[in-house]
Amino acid sequence: MEAVGKILNTAPQDPLLTLHHVSLSFGGLLAVKDVSFTVTVGQIKALIGPNGAGKTTLFNLITGILTPEQGAILFQGQPLQGMAPHAIAARGVSRTFQIVQLFNHMTALENVMVGRHVRTRAGLVAGGLRLPWTRREEAAIRDQADAWLAFVGLGGRGAERAANLPLGHQRLLEIARALATEPRLLLLDEPAAGLDPVETDRLMELIFAIRERGISILLVEHDMSLTMEVADDIVVLDYGSVIAEGPPREVQRNPAVIAAYLGTDWAQ
Amino acid sequence: MRRAPRLIGLALALATLAAFSLAVRNTYYYTLVNQIGINIILVVGLNLLIGYAGQISLGHAAFFGLGAYASGILTATYQVDPWLALVAGLLLSGAVALLIGIPALKLKGYYLAMASLGFGIIVYIIFTQLSSLTGGPSGLIGIPSLKIAGHSLNSPQANFLVIWLTVTLILLLSLNIVDSRVGRALRAIHDSDIAAQAMGVNAPRLKLLIFVVSALYASLAGSLFAYASNFIAPSSFGVMFSIKLVTMVVVGGMASIWGSLFGAAVLTVLPEFLAFFHDYEIVIFGLILMLVMIFLPRGLVRGLLDLWEYRQWKQSGKS
Amino acid sequence: MEHVTDLLQYLFSGLTTGAIYALIALGFSTIFTASAIINLAQGEFVMLGALAAAGLHRGGLSLPLAFLLAVAGVTLIGLIFERLAIRPARDASPISLIIITVGAAVFLQGLAMLWWGKDAYTLPPFTGARPLSFMGATLLPQSLWIMGLTLLQVLSLEVFLRFSLKGKAMRAAAFNPVAARLVGIRVTHMVQLSFGFSAAMGAAAGVMIAPITMGVYDMGTMLGLKGFCAAVLGGLGSSGGAVLGGLLLGVVEAFTSGLISSGYRDAVAFVILLLVLFFSPQGLLGRRPQRSS
Repeated sequence: MEAVGKILNTAPQDPLLTLHHVSLSFGGLLAVKDVSFTVTVGQIKALIGPNGAGKTTLFNLITGILTPEQGAILFQGQPLQGMAPHAIAARGVSRTFQIVQLFNHMTALENVMVGRHVRTRAGLVAGGLRLPWTRREEAAIRDQADAWLAFVGLGGRGAERAANLPLGHQRLLEIARALATEPRLLLLDEPAAGLDPVETDRLMELIFAIRERGISILLVEHDMSLTMEVADDIVVLDYGSVIAEGPPREVQRNPAVIAAYLGTDWAQ
Repeated sequence: MRRAPRLIGLALALATLAAFSLAVRNTYYYTLVNQIGINIILVVGLNLLIGYAGQISLGHAAFFGLGAYASGILTATYQVDPWLALVAGLLLSGAVALLIGIPALKLKGYYLAMASLGFGIIVYIIFTQLSSLTGGPSGLIGIPSLKIAGHSLNSPQANFLVIWLTVTLILLLSLNIVDSRVGRALRAIHDSDIAAQAMGVNAPRLKLLIFVVSALYASLAGSLFAYASNFIAPSSFGVMFSIKLVTMVVVGGMASIWGSLFGAAVLTVLPEFLAFFHDYEIVIFGLILMLVMIFLPRGLVRGLLDLWEYRQWKQSGKS
Repeated sequence: MEHVTDLLQYLFSGLTTGAIYALIALGFSTIFTASAIINLAQGEFVMLGALAAAGLHRGGLSLPLAFLLAVAGVTLIGLIFERLAIRPARDASPISLIIITVGAAVFLQGLAMLWWGKDAYTLPPFTGARPLSFMGATLLPQSLWIMGLTLLQVLSLEVFLRFSLKGKAMRAAAFNPVAARLVGIRVTHMVQLSFGFSAAMGAAAGVMIAPITMGVYDMGTMLGLKGFCAAVLGGLGSSGGAVLGGLLLGVVEAFTSGLISSGYRDAVAFVILLLVLFFSPQGLLGRRPQRSS
């Protein structure tokens, strides 16, 4: 599927996303405290921590919904902080949401087609006049969206209304939509939340398949078994600060991490 | 895929227009139908803003007025060519829309609604106060008609053809926009601004763009209105008309181009045909607005269809 | 250069209209405090109060009785309006709610036109029509009544909201309806109360100002809108802000009209509105601004 393939032009193991001492407070409460970590090219990195630790806030900082008060966020060497969300998407960072944010009045296919927006050009006038090149572009958008739907396992369900899909499929749809933007880095915010074990397994396979395409992943998850299986590296957040970082086995044994979690979810 | 039916539809529309202009003689019908056409252009533009982009404007009559007065003043007082004056109106409205839109579209919900309302009122007051230019509350007379190749288009039939040809083009343009990449982005913004932006849609810029486009539609309608009536007065461009336009959008169904047609047509015709409606016009408009927004927020047609489907579904459940 | 008396006159008339705007702004503020809704029909409550009182008085009732009955009647209308038009649409988008209140305003205005026609009705002033003189400028006694009523309403509203249990419940319900419900506050009841209050205040304002401005079916539109501008200027959700905004607006309007141009008088309120919305949406004393997404 050339339509969805992407050629890397950076070497693996190079830093892709780097957070340098990022801090943000909300009305006096320090939500994110001096957070630094790196996601390298081709890596699947997990961001874990108790509820309220600041994980989704970090996602919002990376994707431009929030701006850090201190520190820098670099993507491929260029600063991201202060950029508008749509510009960050154009740079190659895409995401899903903790609570699914689909375009409910549109079909599944149309949702993914919106994902193609950032890589396509047809403007108001050209679209209004239906110039030949815009029609070709629309056809291409449609084909690519179909391909991404198939890739995540929703092939054939394009015509259904996004709001009518079951949650598991909605999460997959959000992933397809994010993938359609041709990101270098995909941020997944609790993609397994609400999924049954079968769906979680399929999700795991999908995550690996995404990495095969050369897309790096930063993932927030509460499902520990999924995280352990899938992550190359884990960053642990507690009360807004990084308390551990390293390969899964190491992090699992780290006493500070165990303490933070009060012992749940760490059964082998 | 959709080209053939569109072209056929276009051909049919043009044929109908030609037939109408040949068959119908009564000036009153022309005035009414021309008014419907003008309102359709206005309502379709407003619907792009309200229904698709999810914004609100309670001051849209201001742009209608800006187009009308720009064209009217330039042609009546300064003998500018009507076509040029029309373009001038577009430029003026577009510029004003940009100026107002940039700060206003950052506002949310009520604040945007009130800002648009305030803007509409200010423009209306300007129309009444700059009497040396606009003729004040009693209006501006002596506006010439459009000219093609030296022929003045001042018969009811000529105005009809100009207006309704414009309507046809506007409808085509709008249907295309809605189906296009930009239309999709607009609907995305309406459903989830945050997700749309995360997918690379420049929401602030797009909202501003649609605001300007809807202002341009209104300006165009205003100029055509001025040339067809040869007289304009501020009373046509006040708050009440802005509210009527919103009612037409709401009744026709937000985010439905054909719905706009329906809403504009119905609410323009009804006061004319129902004399009692005419007297009770204000009350009924208010009532319609309230009832439709409370019970059929997706518009009259869509709402009734939904109700129908619901009844069908209930009945099939009983068997 | 204007005479001091002229300037003083502008100030007095500005304060009078300002007090009227303040009363109307209070109505907006109250409903907004309780429910975060902007009720664009607020001006129509004023109009209905004025016309009802005028009609009752012409029908033979004494002024105080007409006042009370008018306020009671309009309060009832406010409660019915809340029940029939607002409550069914509670979860609708803000835009829908705005359109509904606009529809209601138009509807009520239409009804008033059908019932009372397009004529203007007067009410006699409460304590006589002889203007009071002060340093060469005149002030109608009715104006003092209006300012007095404004003061009374602000004070009693503040006392109610801050110190009474119901008032605190109302503020809680607006701030966080879910949490309020969890602690047993009947949010719908609070919203209903706020509409009742606003209608009553609006009607009272209408009766007060009728002796000066006369009651006519379409007086509500401009008054309501300007009252809203005043509320935004002062800061939505703040009673003190409503009064401050109203008085300021009245004075600026009067001075603009006197010193610059009377034709653009009505535009002042809306220019101020746009300036406030664009540069400082929280107004002078209000809550934090709303921002897009």
